[in-house]
Amino acid sequence: MALSRLEMDHLALLARIGLSDDEKDRMANQLGDILQHMERLNQLDTEHIPPTAQIIEAANVLRDDEPRPGLTHDQALANAPRAEEPFVRVLPILE
Amino acid sequence: MNLPGLTVHDAARLLRERQISSVELTTAVLERIEQVEPRVKAYVTRTPELALEQARSADGALAKGGELPVLLGIPVALKDVLVTEGVRTTCSSKILENYVPVYDGTAVSRLRGQGAVFVGKTNCDEFAMGSSTENSGFFTTHNPWDLETVPGGSSGGSAAAVAAGECLFALGTDTGGSIRQPASLCGVSGMKPTYGRVSRFGLVAFASSLDQIGPFTKDAEDCAIVLNAIAGHDANDSTSINRAVPDFRQALRDDVKGLRVGIPKEYFSVGIEAGVEQRVRDAVKLLEGLGAAVGECSLPSTDYALDTYYIIAPAEASANLARFDGIRYGLSVQAPDIWSQYNATRDAGFGAEVKRRIILGAYVLSAGYYDAYYLKAQKVRTLIKQEFDSAFERFDVLLAPTSPTVAFKIGEKVNDPLAMYLNDVLTIPVNMAGLPGISIPCGLSNGLPVGLQIIGAAFGEEAILRVAHCYQQHTDFHTARPALG
Repeated sequence: MALSRLEMDHLALLARIGLSDDEKDRMANQLGDILQHMERLNQLDTEHIPPTAQIIEAANVLRDDEPRPGLTHDQALANAPRAEEPFVRVLPILE
Repeated sequence: MNLPGLTVHDAARLLRERQISSVELTTAVLERIEQVEPRVKAYVTRTPELALEQARSADGALAKGGELPVLLGIPVALKDVLVTEGVRTTCSSKILENYVPVYDGTAVSRLRGQGAVFVGKTNCDEFAMGSSTENSGFFTTHNPWDLETVPGGSSGGSAAAVAAGECLFALGTDTGGSIRQPASLCGVSGMKPTYGRVSRFGLVAFASSLDQIGPFTKDAEDCAIVLNAIAGHDANDSTSINRAVPDFRQALRDDVKGLRVGIPKEYFSVGIEAGVEQRVRDAVKLLEGLGAAVGECSLPSTDYALDTYYIIAPAEASANLARFDGIRYGLSVQAPDIWSQYNATRDAGFGAEVKRRIILGAYVLSAGYYDAYYLKAQKVRTLIKQEFDSAFERFDVLLAPTSPTVAFKIGEKVNDPLAMYLNDVLTIPVNMAGLPGISIPCGLSNGLPVGLQIIGAAFGEEAILRVAHCYQQHTDFHTARPALG
């Protein structure tokens, strides 16, 4: 079943993508089909199966908290659309 | 001599014997690119000046002699999701169209350290999301075997470049089959190492628990050579495994006697093209004739891996791609306030498939749906892994088709995401379990290449390389090249 417009508006907000109405309608149908296909997973009994987030056994890999060389200011700002040395310029996030 | 058609190991020998120079080899590859690229369109960015500069430097080192790295002076193509210092890295996305990284990823820097010659960055599906390169933000790459068909994806540019002789080898990335499937469709060898074997530092992340870098080459021996160069622990990637790396070339033996080979029956069920199944069964028979102990096994959750993948990978992607906000790098669309700027930048910068996956990922992670989709998928992932674990108690390797079909027509599946996703049904389970896999050519069906997939246990790259190499000592499918002018 296609997702509702309300659901699509909410998802677009979560993802911060300004989708057009046409895109929302098209995607609502496609996602409906995809999610319906995924219903098949309910055929499997997983009640006592632990989840796997990643397959390697390493956990909490830490390094010593010692300074080491990183990017210079110039390098870090090299791709910023609006930079004013030594800062990235952004629009206000508070009124 | 057809220089662009050489394997890495032959080229390395000829360079050492001073029969050819790296400048000659590189020039021949650059000429080949000029000749076929208008039809194949494998490259997003070409770097001929850099390549010739590196080739001259390699020739200098070769003239001095001594102990030399095997990839010295060898032309390589890099998938455009691997960041390269000073060379534009787009991920085939408009959002990164003008992004020039200030550092090399680890795999790239290891190739640079060996003195490999960088000829360019290859096209792919945008952010590696796709199975045909049709999701590239720029153009579709054409399969050198039939220009009307797709090269597979997402690393289609790398596969096509190797098949067409536009490089001697290439790097790609594999999240759900993005090395093995295009290798299969383009008739080359492509290997996905065990998760954690190769550092992901400097690989623009799609799904971090699945992504892995690996080689595209003309044979298994070259896969071993490239893997030797890029494998190993890296302090910059906490998921790269701190574990000794064997010399993978030592695994290349012309012998499979007694090797236990499993045939997972679910990989031969409905949806496999008859010609594909026949070629793969022929390959199994050949290996059995060479002394392999072949038996059947079952991986019952195979059928559910696709759904699991299209929950987990988009979920991880929706988080990873949040970084493209138009603030620190990439496209930035001007708007009156920050929220409209995010919306407009991401709307203009991402293509349809990337948007679809981010939205899907946001859905399966959102309140009320997390348990039903994301947590459920993580549990099924455990089942998939457990089934592989028990199969590898009985077998050293598993054999299967790589892709259910040969290369399909450009445009055929582009409006049906679900049909496109089904291309990955035989490669995805391997990523879910973090295992190594290789696809090697095993003949043609309807004139197009078929890939044999060899799957190994975790860190079992040596076993799959041994089987692939042995197979290639007794067949010449891997030496077949497209007729392309």
